[in-house]
Amino acid sequence: MIIYGVALLSACLLAGQFAGELLGQWLGVQANVGGVGIAMLLLMLACQSERCNALIAGPAGRGIHFWSAMYIPIVVAMAATQNVAAAVDGGLLAILAAVLAVIAGFALVPLLSRIGKPGEALPPASDHDAS
Amino acid sequence: MSALTAVVSANGLIVAFLAVGLLLWLSYFMSAQITGGRIHGSAIAILLGLLAAYWAGRATGGSRGLADISLLAGIGLMGGGMLRDFAIVSTAFGVHPSELRKAGLAGSLSIVVGVLVSFVLGAAVAVAFGYRDAESITTIGAGAVTYIVGPVTGTAIGASSEVLALSVTTGVVKSILVMVFTPLLARRIGLNNPQAAMVFGGLMGTTSGVAGGLAATDPRLVPYGAMTATFYTGAGCLLAPSVLYLLVRALT
Repeated sequence: MIIYGVALLSACLLAGQFAGELLGQWLGVQANVGGVGIAMLLLMLACQSERCNALIAGPAGRGIHFWSAMYIPIVVAMAATQNVAAAVDGGLLAILAAVLAVIAGFALVPLLSRIGKPGEALPPASDHDAS
Repeated sequence: MSALTAVVSANGLIVAFLAVGLLLWLSYFMSAQITGGRIHGSAIAILLGLLAAYWAGRATGGSRGLADISLLAGIGLMGGGMLRDFAIVSTAFGVHPSELRKAGLAGSLSIVVGVLVSFVLGAAVAVAFGYRDAESITTIGAGAVTYIVGPVTGTAIGASSEVLALSVTTGVVKSILVMVFTPLLARRIGLNNPQAAMVFGGLMGTTSGVAGGLAATDPRLVPYGAMTATFYTGAGCLLAPSVLYLLVRALT
């Protein structure tokens, strides 16, 4: 049943967000701390576990695959709802601060990636939609 | 005409699926025909989405891009936090936890470095523009972390509403820059493996920027980048109004 996979995904997201809220409260921060990341870890653990096999095998897994294939369209919709006009009008201060932060971020990626074992490049993708 | 309007406004999310589907079709068509496949279709789609959001913001004066056009309000739901997070979590399906552990140290370190570097640069720009009070400098620095950390910090330490708005704008500019430039710079910074994606997510931190940038680069990297980015905003909300604010206050 496809809904089993979707339900598992939902359970992971809700549990992760809840844990993130609690973590935020516990740290005294007015924000959700890592809720989505915790949800991703829960989904990975569920995929490893024998007990959850019925929730991810066969058609149930397609329920999760559907949403990961919808990822790009959802991100495109997200891009289309950003406040781009305000960003363009942001004035020199906002634009300069952001540009510097982004340049520094890009410059540091190769530097920090060297820590630990260097990653191996993924094989070329045959079709992005497949993933 | 009124019958069509009634159908469209009663089926907002469905209209959004159709509109985004058409936009993606157009983007993949442009990618193949105009760029010969050199620029990926999803990168073009995100760029067109941002352009459409700019146009809509100009036309409506609203802050939610295309979602402020009543016939396209469903795009707000489709691109909103709920479905975005749902789709991000789904990308973790089939990812092996050992991949994460390999970049555990670099990934965690990148979150701290990312928050600190963004904050310092943002704060330095604020000083260069003549801000002298610790509240304003901290809030603008926090805005350079992400557009959530900015207002959370500003509210906590009592910055003026003008500075709050400025910090949100800084964060929005950052997120859009990351979306646009990640696919263009990915090769040069070695962003082609899970470990680099985790470092990238931790350094940039803006969830929407990282989600958009990696989608346009290689969707298989998304779970790794998203994993660290999701802890970044939390780290920023923790550090900016506390340690970093005290530090700025000591220096001013």
